[in-house]
Amino acid sequence: MATFIRTVAERPMARRWLAATAGLALSLAATVAAKAQETIKVGILHSLSGTMAISETTLKDVMLMLIDEQNKKGGVLGKKLEAVVVDPASNWPLFAEKARELISKNKVSVVFGCWTSVSRKSVLPVFKELNSILFYPVQYEGEESERNVFYTGAAPNQQAIPAVDYLMKDEKVKRWVLAGTDYVYPRTTNKILEAYLKSKGVKQEDIMINYTPFGHSDWQTIVADIKKFGSAGKKTAVVSTINGDANVPFYKELGNQGVKAKDIPVVAFSVGEEELAGIDTKPLLGHLAAWNYFESIKSPGNSEFTKKWKAFTKNPKRVTNDPMEAHVIGFAMWVKAVEKVKSTDPDKVIAALPGIEAPNLTGGTSKMLPNHHITKPVFIGEVRADGQFDVVWKTPGLVAGDAWSKELDGSKDLIGDWVTLKCGNYNTKTKKCGGQGS
Amino acid sequence: MRMIFVRLFAFVLALGLYLAAPVAYAQTFDQALAKFATDDFSDTDEGIAAVAVSGNPMAAAVIEALQDARLAYDPASKKVYIKDKDRVLDAATGNAVASPPADLETVRVNNRLRRAIEAALGGLTLMSADPDKRTEAAQAVFKSRDAKTLPALNTAIAKETNSNIKRALVEARASVVLGSDDASEADKIEAIAVIKARGDQDAVSLLSGVTSDAPLPVYRAAQAGVTAIQNQLEMWSGVQNAWYGLSLGSVLLLAAIGLAITFGVMGVINMAHGEMVMIGAYVTFSVQELIRTYNPGLFDYSLLIAVPLAFLVSGVIGIAIERGIIRFLYGRPLETLLATWGLSLILQQAVRTAFGPTNREVGNPSWMSGAFEVGQINITYGRLWIIVFTLVVFAALLAMLRFTRLGLEMRAVTQNRAMAASMGIRTARIDALTFGLGSGIAGIAGVALSQIDNVSPNLGQGYIIDSFLVVVFGGVGNLWGTLVGAFTLGIANKFLEPFAGAVLGKIAILVLIILFIQKRPRGMFALKGRAIET
Repeated sequence: MATFIRTVAERPMARRWLAATAGLALSLAATVAAKAQETIKVGILHSLSGTMAISETTLKDVMLMLIDEQNKKGGVLGKKLEAVVVDPASNWPLFAEKARELISKNKVSVVFGCWTSVSRKSVLPVFKELNSILFYPVQYEGEESERNVFYTGAAPNQQAIPAVDYLMKDEKVKRWVLAGTDYVYPRTTNKILEAYLKSKGVKQEDIMINYTPFGHSDWQTIVADIKKFGSAGKKTAVVSTINGDANVPFYKELGNQGVKAKDIPVVAFSVGEEELAGIDTKPLLGHLAAWNYFESIKSPGNSEFTKKWKAFTKNPKRVTNDPMEAHVIGFAMWVKAVEKVKSTDPDKVIAALPGIEAPNLTGGTSKMLPNHHITKPVFIGEVRADGQFDVVWKTPGLVAGDAWSKELDGSKDLIGDWVTLKCGNYNTKTKKCGGQGS
Repeated sequence: MRMIFVRLFAFVLALGLYLAAPVAYAQTFDQALAKFATDDFSDTDEGIAAVAVSGNPMAAAVIEALQDARLAYDPASKKVYIKDKDRVLDAATGNAVASPPADLETVRVNNRLRRAIEAALGGLTLMSADPDKRTEAAQAVFKSRDAKTLPALNTAIAKETNSNIKRALVEARASVVLGSDDASEADKIEAIAVIKARGDQDAVSLLSGVTSDAPLPVYRAAQAGVTAIQNQLEMWSGVQNAWYGLSLGSVLLLAAIGLAITFGVMGVINMAHGEMVMIGAYVTFSVQELIRTYNPGLFDYSLLIAVPLAFLVSGVIGIAIERGIIRFLYGRPLETLLATWGLSLILQQAVRTAFGPTNREVGNPSWMSGAFEVGQINITYGRLWIIVFTLVVFAALLAMLRFTRLGLEMRAVTQNRAMAASMGIRTARIDALTFGLGSGIAGIAGVALSQIDNVSPNLGQGYIIDSFLVVVFGGVGNLWGTLVGAFTLGIANKFLEPFAGAVLGKIAILVLIILFIQKRPRGMFALKGRAIET
């Protein structure tokens, strides 16, 4: 090796190249070292390949934009932020491995990531063991409050329950189809909704529950069943927790079989601007979605954000959606908490986060609660011909997220409180921490 | 006799009101219009009702514009306008406005308003000159059951000459009569008979709406009607399941034909088959994008253009895969499986990088959208065309294998490679072409599947398992087996689904196939003789 370098170094042209490369290598090493001292690392744990890439890639992009923007403002605590992006490839065990890599190898101060509940459950033990912070931006089934996790997406009482209330009051719906993909989020949400509907006097025979496998693409029978169920002389609505890819064929079939929103409206909890970007929305006119944010909402914060997003992605057609807003809020809250305690130490930041307020994009101010969920407004939007949503109803104020559903027997006495009680599942009846229901 | 007299009287009264209306309501039309300018759903609702009864000649135009999101208002002056292609009309007068205000806001509607609009339009367009509009109006009144339209309905029924529209109008009147509070018992029972004759889901819905509070004979008649219609619908549901089964079977067949060549005929375990389908779907997307940009008029032909292109693109990629990878792995099925599986991941990620991870919009040409009814089953054009297309592709493939030189050589090579080679057939070239043919057909399948499924990098994954299932079940190496296998699985699935649900239905099918393969390991139509030994 040494002789090789010597022989190379004897040739004038090659010598110059060698010097240049060595210099480059040295300077690279130097910048890396300098950077390592100066930056605060932020982990981004979203799938960039595999099934979930369709939803999660956007969240990685929005985090990069937020970090970039914060750095232009001078970073945090005088240091630049550095994004560390890993790809867990829609593979649940890999989520845990990548989380471990981010925390122990890359030494990130905080992680923004996960989409599906199963990926969150998979990384939970890692965050507990290594004591780090995860911001989770997606609406989920609730029934959880962990010290190391901050839930910026909607809990069921911030999405599902208000949507059902709207249909009951404004559309006078008497008969309900609860249709979902067969996994934990739809099953838990439907259990909560079923209990809620029954508490409002809806009879068992007026509720139809239907589950389909992931990626189900042949909806002919189910749509025909829905039509049949809807012809019992009572106003009928479909509450859809159908996930991801299965939605496009579902809506196409609804359109083909002539199920119109004015007759049988479908309210969806997993369909946003991003999902509609892949469909011809004309037959879907008037179908509903419940979210805490819509791109079409007019507010100064939102128009600024959408403008920046379109410029950042260099694509005027890129849409924004609800989980993106959750990351915007979560990131702002984390920055504020770090600046408040002047440290990125996880224990200090976790203690500081509850009570922190940050503006949401719809004109209000969201607040981190002691149960690690946040307050959010709830909007019901109707699909417009251009793939955007028209807000037809919203909650009068912000709704506080419940970690534990009040509708389910197993969890109605539980609360999460990490400020005074230091407990994620405190039973208010037995006055004990760690009790699963009474 | 008295009945007729009462109706005549009602008609005269209605006519009188109709004639008097313009004078009485001239003033209120402007007030009604003003309701549209407040951006409040309740106000808009009142506005619709007021415009509908105003009798103003502009009423129908205003409500139609509202339905099509062409009704707009100027937030500053609160004046309401109708956008009509490149002109802007004053909603109050119908005259074109020379210089419309710059920032017009569209009047928003929600589902409740859409129903109100439909009901109002129904009442207003019952006498329209256009037969389609009259049919639509009759359907709208049937749903809205607005008692105020009764006089207009009676007039329309008396004037109508088209028997289909007349029947729709009579049904609409029956629906209104059944819902009104002051119709007599005899009228209601007569109405129930009319609705019962209609015999569809809407009729069931209407009749089940009659509660036990109604007079006993009416309630009984309604209940009897519901039972009668439901029995009839029950009979149709068997036909409907069979149709859905055929449709699902055709999708399975389409996805599996290509595999029947690469796996069935050549014996290559090709895990990248789904990605060939996906590439075909992306070719369709690209063709549609180009057409949208350069020649929107061609949109209805986009699929016809995409079919040969998808065949070429997928076929060429298939040949490249065969020449580059698979030919080195003949006779080593496990390595082939791993290599093609890795290849499928590479292709997925390549498409994800090139086109982005999100779904791409592939539109349906007009001849593939919508549905028609045969008896009580709903047949969608898209599904129908896919069945036809699948059978055409299948027939073309059979003919190609049977009647062309290339087909002959393909069969020769798969049946006895050594003998074929010694007869002067370049077996390596035939291998590449056969694999290319299978891949190309998968690409064609992608064109059709883009019409009913997501166009995303994951598209192929959803079909690969089902495709193998169909080919193995039908009998490896036998195209007819693939055909029968696909339709058997499709129909069995659709008859199981109503009882077992989609999840259990799918599991049941898998269990049945496992049992079947235990009994007949070579599938339904096993090839006999030497062919299977190579």
